[in-house]
Parts: sequence; structure tokens; C-alpha cells
Amino acid sequence: MFVSINWIKDYVDLSGLDIKKLINSFTLATAEVEEIYEKGADVQNVVVGEILSVEAHPNSQKLHLLKVDAGSKVCDIVCGAPNVRAGMKVALALAGGRVPAGEIKLATVAGFPSEGMCCSEKELGISDDHSGLMELETDAPNGTDLKAIFPIDDIVFEVDNKSLTNRPDLWGHYGIAREFAALTGRALKPLTLGDLSYDGDEQVAVSIGRPDLVYRYSCVKMDNITKHVSPLDMRIRLYYCGMRGINLLADVTNYIMLEIGQPTHAFNAAKIDCIGVDTPQAPMKFTTLDGVEREIDTDTLMIWNGDEPTAIAGIMGGLDSEIVEDTGAVVLESANFDGISVRKSSSRLGHRTDASARYEKMLDPTLTMEAVGRFVQLVKEIDPDARVASQVTDVVCKEYPPVSLSFDKAYVDRYTGIEISDERICKTLTALGFGVTYADGNFTVSVPSWRATKDVTIKADIIEEITRIYGYDNFKITTTRSPLKPVPNDYARLEDAEVQDLLVKKFALHEVHSYVWCDGRKFKKLGIPVEPNVTVLNIENSENGVLRNAMLPTLLSIAAENKDFADRYGLFEIGRVVEGTKPTGEANERKHLGIVLYDKSGDEKALYLRAVALVNALIGEIKQKPASYAKITPAHAWQHPKNTAEISVDGTAIGTLCALHPANAAKLDKIGRAVGVELDMDKFHAVNAAAIAFREPSTQQSTYSDLSLVLPEQTKFSDLAACWNSLGLAELESVRVIDTYEKLGVRSITVRLLFTAMDRTLEMEEVQGWIDRIIENLAKINVVLRA
Amino acid sequence: MFQSPAELKKLFEERAAAAGKAAEMEQLRIEFLGKKGYIAGLMQELRNVPNERKKEAGQRINEAKQFIERALAARVEELKKLEEQMLIDATESYDESMPTDDDLGSYHPITLVRREMENIFLSMGFAVEDYSEITDDYNCFEALNIPKHHPARDMQDTYYLSSGQLLKTHTSAAQNTILRKYKENLVNGQPIRAIFPGRCFRNEKIDACHENTFFQMEGIMVDRDISISNLIYFMKTMLSEVFQRDVTVRLRPGFFPFVEPGFELDIQCLICGGKGCPSCKDSGWLELCPCGMIHPNVLTAAGIDPEEYTGFAFGLGLTRLAMMRYGVKDIRVFNGGNLKALSQFTEKSFTRPDESKEA
Repeated sequence: MFVSINWIKDYVDLSGLDIKKLINSFTLATAEVEEIYEKGADVQNVVVGEILSVEAHPNSQKLHLLKVDAGSKVCDIVCGAPNVRAGMKVALALAGGRVPAGEIKLATVAGFPSEGMCCSEKELGISDDHSGLMELETDAPNGTDLKAIFPIDDIVFEVDNKSLTNRPDLWGHYGIAREFAALTGRALKPLTLGDLSYDGDEQVAVSIGRPDLVYRYSCVKMDNITKHVSPLDMRIRLYYCGMRGINLLADVTNYIMLEIGQPTHAFNAAKIDCIGVDTPQAPMKFTTLDGVEREIDTDTLMIWNGDEPTAIAGIMGGLDSEIVEDTGAVVLESANFDGISVRKSSSRLGHRTDASARYEKMLDPTLTMEAVGRFVQLVKEIDPDARVASQVTDVVCKEYPPVSLSFDKAYVDRYTGIEISDERICKTLTALGFGVTYADGNFTVSVPSWRATKDVTIKADIIEEITRIYGYDNFKITTTRSPLKPVPNDYARLEDAEVQDLLVKKFALHEVHSYVWCDGRKFKKLGIPVEPNVTVLNIENSENGVLRNAMLPTLLSIAAENKDFADRYGLFEIGRVVEGTKPTGEANERKHLGIVLYDKSGDEKALYLRAVALVNALIGEIKQKPASYAKITPAHAWQHPKNTAEISVDGTAIGTLCALHPANAAKLDKIGRAVGVELDMDKFHAVNAAAIAFREPSTQQSTYSDLSLVLPEQTKFSDLAACWNSLGLAELESVRVIDTYEKLGVRSITVRLLFTAMDRTLEMEEVQGWIDRIIENLAKINVVLRA
Repeated sequence: MFQSPAELKKLFEERAAAAGKAAEMEQLRIEFLGKKGYIAGLMQELRNVPNERKKEAGQRINEAKQFIERALAARVEELKKLEEQMLIDATESYDESMPTDDDLGSYHPITLVRREMENIFLSMGFAVEDYSEITDDYNCFEALNIPKHHPARDMQDTYYLSSGQLLKTHTSAAQNTILRKYKENLVNGQPIRAIFPGRCFRNEKIDACHENTFFQMEGIMVDRDISISNLIYFMKTMLSEVFQRDVTVRLRPGFFPFVEPGFELDIQCLICGGKGCPSCKDSGWLELCPCGMIHPNVLTAAGIDPEEYTGFAFGLGLTRLAMMRYGVKDIRVFNGGNLKALSQFTEKSFTRPDESKEA
């Protein structure tokens, strides 16, 4: 919204004040000012001139040679405007002066000297009218500076509409003037309202069919309007505030909207008999005054003339009842429609207007009659012959309850943390229009109607009024007196951080973030079906609507998109997935860790075993426990039927490790392969970490024995380990694989068993006894020593 | 052949000078000082020396022996040095500018900024809370005093789910849960101090400046007598920590249904110091975070009596902070999964301020 300081000055005396500083304090106390424009700064030395003579240019159809009386002298002017005539008073920009387009210089135009320029309104930057020279209606003597008779100089500032959403009172200059009054401590002048008296019987009948959607409907008829163009000063204000002059009646209604925030609509009285306010019985079409035919549904409040629709309530009038140049009689509608209804209608129509934007904010219903009063006042000021031609109709359907709030000084002190005097509190609230009674440290405040529609409802709102005018920059700031308590450790957060650290620093993986929904298009590239799950109802691309039930598909997509990054890489994400719904119907949100390792060389086995090493490190480092693995039937079609394993700690499954099904692997890459790990972090966090079990290192000599074993097919290392672990030998310190060998289908492995006792050096015979028992156990599972 | 001690000394000097390796000196030692060496030979011959000259001859032999011992040690030392020098000269000077085959992982930039924030707030006594991505109408709106017909609830802003829930549009959605979790502490005289970073979702078209999935961090503090004065003090202190320098802040009225009064907090532009530059659009100020006194209705919804307790809340855009911190111009980097971009964030979880820049 644009605010004109000239307009503000109609209501607050700002003389002697630094306007820029004032605007800055408005930013800090009320709403952010985004831009300040100095209007008229680029209009200099433009004077009233009178065209004395007009001669045709010898070589041009368009140009004329003028003699223009500029007061002190008569100037030769070459002019191309179509409407020049002798005796016309014009705005003459003299050589050495300025207009927004640039400096005016002595020039030779088409062979003739020109000592200045006669200007159109557009050339002066006061409207977009460029149809011809601006014709001055003034008695001022020739040579008078134009700025002395027209308000061309102004400071206009722009406020972001978003920062005014909660302040319906600031959608007009008068409300902003009230803020300036409070900020400067100066008086706010009252609005001048016209005389509504009327002796006759005529009254516009109004029937409200949907009183639930209307707060108030006021209207009046005026006739005998003979003027059709609004005065220049009014048009300049409208233009500076972002609107165009149209005709007198449209301009006055716009002016009132910009002045007090109340939208009004002037109907051509010839086309209005009685007014109805109702929603249609059936969907219909309606052409608004911008010439667009719109679909109207049965929830949209309309204004009717009998059975004929004439306007969409609070949004836009119809083409048929539009005011045209020669309209001499009007019915002025000044209504207060339900803000939510207007917002929904305008959103359904996809059409927001200056009026609907204001109604959405919940305007003060008392404004409807003020707007009627202003309308009559302004029309009569401009056109003294105009008359009020009906009694005022004023239907009140709903009212906002009056708001009165009580609080004590101690409350203000506690909430602000500073000392603001009683006098200052009373003065601030009074200046903002609040009624204040104060006795014995207790305040009772009545909220003015323009703040009582939704804005100020509780005493904390009053605190804001007091403090914003006091100025947050003036606050003495202090720390809280709350005691400082140690923050309890949040192990889930610490474990997440440890997982990230291990994966980044030990395994050189890259952390990524991906979306919580499946990207159907990317999944398709990998041949991964989107599995049914909870969906987002209103996502733009329906292929992305299904929430992910696992991390790996989205991470595999990312892995596939980074093949030009390196020959091998790994990536991970700790994020959320949804595993269907809970019995309550709510989404079952889980925190998962997903890891994908990719290698261009295609050595899937090496990748898979690296993933095992990685999982072992995570669980080993963070939980001080071993992980165990068991092959399972894949839960998802894209997992490898043979190489998909469940990861467990302490017998609880916490995740899955898998290679890709060959079909999906082939889509990922011709040669390169990927494997994935997915851990349920909620389950991971639930695993208790073991304490570090410290063992005094033995000072005795260790003895080791190497066994080279031949393994039958399907025998796993864990089967071998069971053969020595089951003996429970305290002296068996460690077992290491020192060699593996595979040839012609024969798999063999060499392990080194290290024995140490705490209290003695072990004798060979003793160790051999244990080795024999181990070999015995191994024989039971058909594992024999290599020949 | 008899040689006088003096001749022996001279002979040794000649031979030692001729030796080129430390190992040859061992030969000389045996030849001169060994059991069958020259000195031993002279000592043998001492028997034949008349008694009155024995003492003097003995002294001369001894002197020669000591001389040779010293010269030998010195020469050995000298030759070792020479040999070492030859080794040094022969050694290649290694090129540390050769690219190393380092395999570095990387953190997501949000992780780095988030950790930094969490550490600051932990040091100020705030608990770090986790909250779900999926929530419901009550937590996201109703408990936050956002009325039924508020535009924020419209379909165009919020992702609604088939489960009747929604994806949280702001971290404020956690306020009710966290206030409830800790409200018992208030009775025991312990303030509620918590931050809750999290991922938020808004139904927006994605471009360089807009994402439908982004990170915020919310903070709250509730106790008896928490005031606006405390809020301003806290925000200033906290932001000075975040930016590692003294920041100037200003508050403007801002409207958010869940705070009253609500503020937009601006910091004086860190680039131009308030003079005005392109990054602050010549205003000298950057709008950084919304904050305010927690609305009494929000406290009431969490079962906390607003007559007895007050508090403040603030929000920080973690994604925006990460963009500022690392100079990321296109927001799509964060969720784009391009490792060429993301692999650059290798640094530690804290950044030491550049002290040279502080005046």
C-alpha cells in the first residue's frame, strides 16, 4: 500500500518534523516501510502559461508553433500535442527546468526555436494521461509555479501489505494518520462528514438473504450530479497511491477506500430499484465490470437488483450497472461483508481486488456510515449542485462484541520488564483511540471499534500497543533471572551425530538429504515400483504423492545420478520414512538411516562386505556389541533374493543389508553395482550400549596356532566360530583370518588362534589339547584341515 | 722396524687422512692400537730401554697412544659426518605438493549449521528436542492460536495426507508437545528452555529461492516473569554467538498468531555495517528471525497458566542460515543430492572465528 504524506497531513499536523525520521519510526512501531518516493522532486520550473497564438508548422502536420505567455515573458514553443488552442492555460516547463523525463533545454525543433515544453499530465508524472496537453483550470497569473497551485510535491511511502494483515485499521490513510498522531503526540483531526438530511420518502429497499455473511449494509442515493471529472488534486493523490483517475464517482469511491479503508460501490441509480444481498440458488455466470465472465457458485454472496445480479459482494461490480461518464444519479453501497466469506469467494474465483483484500482483514462495521458521510461530503464539495436523494438505509445484521480489558500496572511491568509510567500508558492508549480509565494501579481499557474485530482481544495485545509506541529501541535490556540447570543428555541425538561422524570420517561417505515422498519418475528409471503408502493429497505432481516407506530407493536414485562424481562413492541420510499406518490410522513415522555404496568396477561382493564392515563399526563403536546377520526373503522386489540380510543386535532386528535384484542393478548401471543398508534408528537407539569391559593385558607370552581349513559349500565363518566359541576357552584371546583361498570350487581359509593365559606361559601340550577339541567340533560340520 | 713415538704419530696422521670410510678406521685402530699393533710393539721394546730413560720413553709412548686414540675418534666422527652428508645428498627431496589420494567424506551443510546452533544453545542451557515430520491440525495450527479460517491452513500452503494428518509447515508445530513435556518442571522452579530443529514442508513451486522442504529451528523459554526486555537481551546475545561478533538488532512489530506481541527481528547488515549495500537492499538491515512473547492461548493450550508464567519463542531458518554461512545462492543444492556440490562440506562441526577480522 502507498501512503501519501500530504494526505496524512490532512489529519495530523506534521509541521516542523523530520518526515524521514518519522517514517522510520513508523517502521519500528507499526509496519515496515519498504520504499520512500519523493514525488515532484523531478518537476522544476514548470509554470502556468497561456497560449497566445497557434500557428501551423510549415513542414509538419503534427507540430504547431506557439506563443505562450509565461508571465515574465512570451516564449516560442514548438508543440506536438493535438489539443492546442489559443487562450488555453497550460503547464509550461521552461528551459532550465525539469520534468521526470529529463532536463528542459533551449532547442531547435524541426527548424524552429523552442524555449520550453507544454506538458501532458503524464509528462509531469501526476497521471498516466498522455492524450494531450493538460488544461489548467486556474485563476493563478501566468508564470505562477505549478507547485504553488497543485500538490505535486509529496512524499509517498510503500508498506508491504503482508505486514498489515492483522491491522484492518491501517488499510486507509486515516488509520495511518492515527499512528502518526500517537508517534508524534499530536492531535488527530476528525473526518468531515457530509450532511445526510433528506426530506422526502424515498429510500432504497435492502433485503439481506444471508445475514450470516453480512455485518452491515448502508446505502444512500444521490442525484443531480453534473460534474464527471474529479479535481486534479484528488487525481494526483489517487495516482500517487497507485490508482488511476476514471470518472468523478469512481474516483470518489476509490478515494474513500484509500482514506478510511472502506470499499464502497456506486451503482448507476437508473439501474437499481431494490437491493438484495444473497447467495444464488444455483451456480451461474456473471460478467464483472472488467468484462470477464465468471463462474459463480452457491456459496458466493451476490448483490441483486430484484432478480438481476449486479455485483459480487465485496469483490467487484457488474458490467451492466457500471457508472459511465453521464451518470447523474447513484446509489452508493457501503457494506461490511463477512471477511472469511469474501476471502473464500475471491480465492475460488481466483480474483482478488483492492476491496476484497480489505474485507478479508475484518473491517470495522462502523466505517460503512462514515464512508456514506464522506461520499456525500466529497461529492458536494466537488459538485455543489449534487443532492442527497434518499433516506439512508442502514441494516445491521451482525455486530462484533465490544471489547473491554482490565489489567494492573504490575502486569505491564512484569510483561515488559521495564518501567513505563502510568501517564505514558494512558497517553499512548488514548492517542490510539482506546478508552482508558485508571485508578489505584488498575487500568480498564475499552478497545475502539476499528481494533475490535479480531486484532485486540486480550491484555497482551494492549502490551504490544504500549510497547511499540514506547519504542523497542528504547528498552533497557536485561537477562532472565531463571536458574541455569544442566541439560540432560539426549542419547538419540548424540548417537545420530556419532553415526554421522563415523560414516563421514571413517568411511568417507557423503551425507545427503532427499524428499520424504517417492519420485515416481526417478523410481521408474531404476525399475523400482512405488509401493502403496500414506499419500500427500495435494502435491503438484501426482507421481510424487506417495510417502517413502524406505530410504534406499530415494538414495539409490541419488547414487545413480552421481556417476560422474567418482569411480566409487557412498552416501547416507538420516531421515524419516512412513511404514504404513498405525492402528489409530495415523501414519507410522520412523527415523531411518539409509546408506548406499556404489562402485563403478562392479565388484558387488567387495561392496557388500564393506557394508558389513561399516555396520559392524557402527554397532561396535556405538553399542560396544557385535552385529549378527541372517539372510531373509526380501521385503521389496528390488532387493536381491539371495543377498538380503537382516541385521540384529542382542537378538533384535534393527535393519537390513542388501544387494540389488539383478533387474534393478542392470538399470542402475551396466557394470557398476550398489549395495544398501537401512537401519531403523528408533530401534537402534533402543539397544542398550554395553559398557567397555576392560581386561588387564596379560604379561605372559602368547602362543598361536594356525589352522588351514577346507569348507564345504554353504559353510559360513560364523559356523566355524561356533566351533571354538562353544568351548568357552578363557585363554583363547583372538581369532584372525590370515588367508582365504578359492580354486576349482574348493574354499579354504586359514585362521590364526591366539592363546594367552593371565597367570602362566602356556605349554604346547595344553594348547594342542584345545586345538584338538576345536578340530573335533569342526569335523562335526564337515570342516577338515587342508591336506 | 723401530719407529719412534713421534714417527708413529706422523704415520697415523698420514694413514688416517688417507682413509675414506669410517670402516677403514677400524683397520687402523687394530694396526696402531691393537694387541699386536705399533703401540703394543713400542711397549714391548720398552724392556730394552735403559732404566734411567724408561720413564721418559714410557711417557712418550703413552702420549703417542693417547694422541692416536683422540685422532682416531675425531677422524671416525669426521668420516661418519661425511658419510651421512653423502646419504643426505643422495636422498630425493620429496614433493609434498603431489595430490594425495585422500578419501574424505562430507556432512550435509544443514548438519553443520544445525550442530553449530545446537552447541550454542546447549551452552546456554537449552535442551535440544526432536519432533516428527508428520503432525496434525491441532499441533500445527489450533494449539498455536491459528484460527480455523486462517489463510495458512489453506490447501495452497500445507501438504495434507491421506491419513488425515499433514506435513508440518513450521517447527512451531512442536511447541505444544514440548511445553507439555516440561510443564511439570515449571512448578519445581525450573524454566523451560528448549530448541527444536526440524524439517518443514510447504506447498511451493521450487526455484532458486523456494523449496517445499526446508529446515527451521524453533526455540522457547518459559518461566515466571519472562519479559520483552529479556527477549531482546536474549536474542542479541544469542545472535552475537551465532555470528561470532557483536550484532546490532532491532525489533519491529510482526504478526504471528502464536505470539503477542510478535516481532520481526532485523540485524544490522554484517556486510556493510548498516550503511546499505546490495545484500541488505540498501536498507542497512536484514530481516532474520521472527520472535515474540508466547501467546497466552498457546500456553493455555499446553496446560500452563499464562497469568503465572510467560515466555518467548523465536524461529531461525536453518536453511537460510546455511545459505548465508556458505554463500549458497541456489536453495536447490540442499535437496538436490549432487555430490559435486555436497562433497565440499567437509569441515568440522564448529568453526573457529577468524580473529584477524575482528576489530
